[in-house]
Amino acid sequence: MSTGSPGSAPAFDPVAIRQDFPLLRRRVYGKPLVYLDNAATTQKPQAVIDRVSQFYVEENANVHRALHSLSEQATDAFEDARTTIGRFLNARRTEEIVFVRGTTEAINLVAQTYGRSRVQRDDEIVISTMEHHSNIVPWQILCEQHGARLRVIPITDAGELDLDAYVTLLTDRTRIVSVTHVSNVLGTVNPVKEIVRLAHERGIPVLVDGAQAIAHDAVDVQALECDFYAFSGHKVFGPTGIGVLYGRSALLESMPPYQSGGDMIRSVSFERTRYGDPPSRFEAGTPDIAGAVGLAAAIDYLTGIGCARIACVEHELLEYATSALSHVPGVRLIGAPAARVGVLSFVLDGVHPHDVGTILDREGVAIRAGHHCCEPLMDRLGLPATARASIAPYNTREDIDALVTALLIVRGVLG
Amino acid sequence: MTTGLDVLYRDVVLDHSKRPRNFRMLDGGQHAVGANPLCGDRLTVYVRVENETIQDAAFRGFGCAIAIASASLMTESVKGKTVAEARALFDQLLRMISAHAESPVDDLGDLSSLAGVRQFPVRVKCATLPWQTLLAATTARVEVVSTE
Repeated sequence: MSTGSPGSAPAFDPVAIRQDFPLLRRRVYGKPLVYLDNAATTQKPQAVIDRVSQFYVEENANVHRALHSLSEQATDAFEDARTTIGRFLNARRTEEIVFVRGTTEAINLVAQTYGRSRVQRDDEIVISTMEHHSNIVPWQILCEQHGARLRVIPITDAGELDLDAYVTLLTDRTRIVSVTHVSNVLGTVNPVKEIVRLAHERGIPVLVDGAQAIAHDAVDVQALECDFYAFSGHKVFGPTGIGVLYGRSALLESMPPYQSGGDMIRSVSFERTRYGDPPSRFEAGTPDIAGAVGLAAAIDYLTGIGCARIACVEHELLEYATSALSHVPGVRLIGAPAARVGVLSFVLDGVHPHDVGTILDREGVAIRAGHHCCEPLMDRLGLPATARASIAPYNTREDIDALVTALLIVRGVLG
Repeated sequence: MTTGLDVLYRDVVLDHSKRPRNFRMLDGGQHAVGANPLCGDRLTVYVRVENETIQDAAFRGFGCAIAIASASLMTESVKGKTVAEARALFDQLLRMISAHAESPVDDLGDLSSLAGVRQFPVRVKCATLPWQTLLAATTARVEVVSTE
């Protein structure tokens, strides 16, 4: 992921962007909300809220079913959303976009379809130390089912993947590599293209967990050459409950269904059921139609601003935050990856992150404190928990200043 | 202090969190491990019970200021009490810090310094973790106690 270049477009103004997000006008304990928990979920622009509302007010019907015009419109809106997302990821074909509930379901889907049909006893699955539980547990379950083994790419003290070690983990037993694009704890941007290249040299497919990457820069699945890419709508200004699995056509076509039911079949008799083609093969039941339409609106909103401009402005803000936090007495930043986006984890000497979180909350500053669903990474870092500030395009230097001021208050209360 | 934080982080609580009492292992007796998986808090509570009476109680581990202070205050308050009395004391503490409890609670001595937790519902389990772990230890359960 590059930090991008704003090109000829004028730099955008985060203060203007904020106006698009009604929730950011809220106050917490009488103080203006400073929302720095974007890695957990992002706020929604009015355009997304309006689009979801408009769907229910004017277009709601089930998709792929009825002959009436309302159903046709709903189906068009749903499939247009798929097209929008396919273009956003630069997928070769719209059919490579499967709607799911989120990143978690996308990874479970691949583990229980692609994985289930290919993994056998003594096979190996490669993940990394910095994975979210959602990119660990589905593979663990698959390993238990088939007597396979998890192999884990170690990280360096700076919080980067150890690529030399990675290469040694790739063997003729490796069936899939599944790694995160961006660490949700450290903000590390992993060299996904290189990871994919090394795996493909050995004929091993790669799934990329894009949950933390998707909101921060343009993602081009053809450039990355990954086989699967998963992300959640709610982390990219879209609704909760909708997410995307991109899968290369050849792989999706070779995979058995995930859940079964309506919408994913070609024909059913009590003797035999023939499954539909991708993506419908993986979309049993009525999908989250409004969610898909809302997610497309979020993508339109994002591309309207420009991913490269967002990356550029966020990079500057992250540099500012890194410098500001490192000047707070007792603050220790966790990890120092050369390429980082969106996320800063830190600890405050002698103060538990939960106490930091509680006190910051009373100052109107929302961050996350805990293990961030990355217990193995926490073990590697030797920390029970961290405090995490994570940014979005609507964050400003004033937000970071408010964080710093609140941290000084923490020191005053507990220092 | 600002915005009600002094209610949570009272002097007694801060004192116990910074200088926890009975922060040690206990030879002989029973112990249990308590974990709050969402926070990463993890405490081991040691207890020596003779004739149903808690002769000594201690703890080790890491946690937030509330969890550590609560554990420290607990170890001081249960010594010399029967297991049944300790359980009753925990019930009273729960009523004191639970947002839904209505009936007034007796003065619980130093434990009353945790009353402010009531205004911070997400922190209730920080205060209860040591007690749940203590009670598990008295029944000699050695598996990990979880707040979830």
